[in-house]
Amino acid sequence: MNKDDDLKKEPENEQRRSFLIKLSLGLSFLSAAVAGVPVLAAIFAPLIEKTPKLWRKVGELETFKVGTTNLVTFENADPEKWSGVTSKSAAWLRRDEGDKFTAFSANCTHLGCPVRWEADAHLFMCPCHGGVYYKDGSVAAGPPPKALVQYPVRVNKNSIEIQTSAIPITNISA
Amino acid sequence: MPLIKHPVPPGSKWSYVFGSATLFCLVLQVITGVALSLLYQPSSSEAYKSLQFITNDAAFGNVLRGIHYFGASAMIIMVSIHMMRVYITAAYKYPREMTWISGVILFFMTIAMGFTGQLLRWDSNGVWSSVVAAEQLGRIPFIGKWAARLLLGGDTIGGHSLSRFYSYHVFIIPAIIFLFVGYHLMLVIRNGISEPAKVGQLVDPKTYRAWYKQMLMEKGIPFWPYAAWRDVIFGALTIITIILLAIFIGPPALTGPPNPASLNANPSPDWYMLSIFSLFALMPPKIESYMIIIGPGLTILILLALPFVSNKGERHPIRRPWAVFGSVCVIVFVFSLFLLGERSPWSPAFDAKPLTAKNVHSSDTIVIAGSVLFYKKGCLFCHQINDQGGLKGPELSDVALRLSTGDMTIRIVNGGSNMPAYGGILSKKELNAIVAFLKSRKVK
Repeated sequence: MNKDDDLKKEPENEQRRSFLIKLSLGLSFLSAAVAGVPVLAAIFAPLIEKTPKLWRKVGELETFKVGTTNLVTFENADPEKWSGVTSKSAAWLRRDEGDKFTAFSANCTHLGCPVRWEADAHLFMCPCHGGVYYKDGSVAAGPPPKALVQYPVRVNKNSIEIQTSAIPITNISA
Repeated sequence: MPLIKHPVPPGSKWSYVFGSATLFCLVLQVITGVALSLLYQPSSSEAYKSLQFITNDAAFGNVLRGIHYFGASAMIIMVSIHMMRVYITAAYKYPREMTWISGVILFFMTIAMGFTGQLLRWDSNGVWSSVVAAEQLGRIPFIGKWAARLLLGGDTIGGHSLSRFYSYHVFIIPAIIFLFVGYHLMLVIRNGISEPAKVGQLVDPKTYRAWYKQMLMEKGIPFWPYAAWRDVIFGALTIITIILLAIFIGPPALTGPPNPASLNANPSPDWYMLSIFSLFALMPPKIESYMIIIGPGLTILILLALPFVSNKGERHPIRRPWAVFGSVCVIVFVFSLFLLGERSPWSPAFDAKPLTAKNVHSSDTIVIAGSVLFYKKGCLFCHQINDQGGLKGPELSDVALRLSTGDMTIRIVNGGSNMPAYGGILSKKELNAIVAFLKSRKVK
């Protein structure tokens, strides 16, 4: 093959090279995209999967005295088999009167630390940065930007039920 | 020429050892981390039991945990000193801008490793610390709630939470660290280490490389052994110190099981995050939610922008007094916050005991009743009476010397900026008893 033949074949080679470049890039992109789908699904699963909201029984009506605030624990909405004790949640439940209950989240609205109910002082107190709330959940002192979050609660026949809820996350504008 | 014998500037002495000490610590962390992974169960339900096994039963398990813990602490100390040294001697200037930037990324990745490592200590403190982290992410505008959910692996703590923290700590962040350590070291070799700063010797990007090359040819000394011996000795001493601390002090004790329904936890971060934790308690609440995001964002931005803002000119600290002053301010600020965090005066003293007869020192029945109420109503959690009580509010051992009965009553009933209003909590009789008790407080 002489030099003239090479020159004649050059445009054909260029076309071939261009095709192969596109093919290699295309296949790379395709394989990365296909492999990436399950990887991204694993990463973003918590945003994709919706957690159901369930009513959990936390006790019988007569076990809660009017005017008292009690710690109640219940299981999350969607516990995995390997969650163990981490599937539990807690709330502070007050029987205001008769069938009227209020359930407070146990998370301080400042940074999520566990607030404690001090029964004699009638205050919720946070150990982390000294946030204090009145018995209605409103802020009494310290850095919390807003009142304690309340969970839905209902009386079902003779049972008190709390609706499973997300950990209340305080946003920037709170 | 073998890489190990590449020439380095003369006079690079003890202030240059902190970067290599950080690397020694990283290697130690990788080795002890791999060993721990052989014993640790990264499952929300089993991790705590495996930690108890490592601590109490596994051969040298407690020491292994201790080395990994003190190794993390040493790595954070060494990377901080290294970064401070580079800043004070302006070693980030031309041609080492990218070395600084990769170093800044490595600094934050080291902190992230420390924090995710604390979460893997999957006890009640680990569980609640992860909630605190999620709350901080929640302050990110627009995507805060999503970021918090991604961190926790759901909208509550659960089975996915620990798996995620394990993945962050063992795979994702280490991969980033390895990548940037490789890049950082490549730049160190390619650009050479900075020569000791001299007063009046300016960095000029146009002539620096040629000058540096000439200087190395004329005065350079082989890295091994004439410069590296200091790195090796300091690195070895660092590791020996870590091991001794692990043996004689041991790792942080495990708190209770990782039960999010157990509310008697008192979450607090490991020492290197304590300054930030203190800042959260002291910042004005009105700006805090913004500062949780703006503060770290601005810090990262300033650190990354530094070599672009100033990449030439003087390097010697004597000619850069504001840089030295700024560094001293940062050290004093961080250290003061750390000391405050150790005391945590803003936290209620839940462990306060009822006032002793010695501290009440009165036989008046109303005063005694007031002292009992002072404890029961939570006043003692925040106010100190002699040697008892919390530090959140003012000490009241001699409050009668500075406040009248009326002043006391107004403050108790109406509260203050950092005190609840007790008007709706106390009966008139209870209020009078507490005021009577406070009126009897005249001696410290």
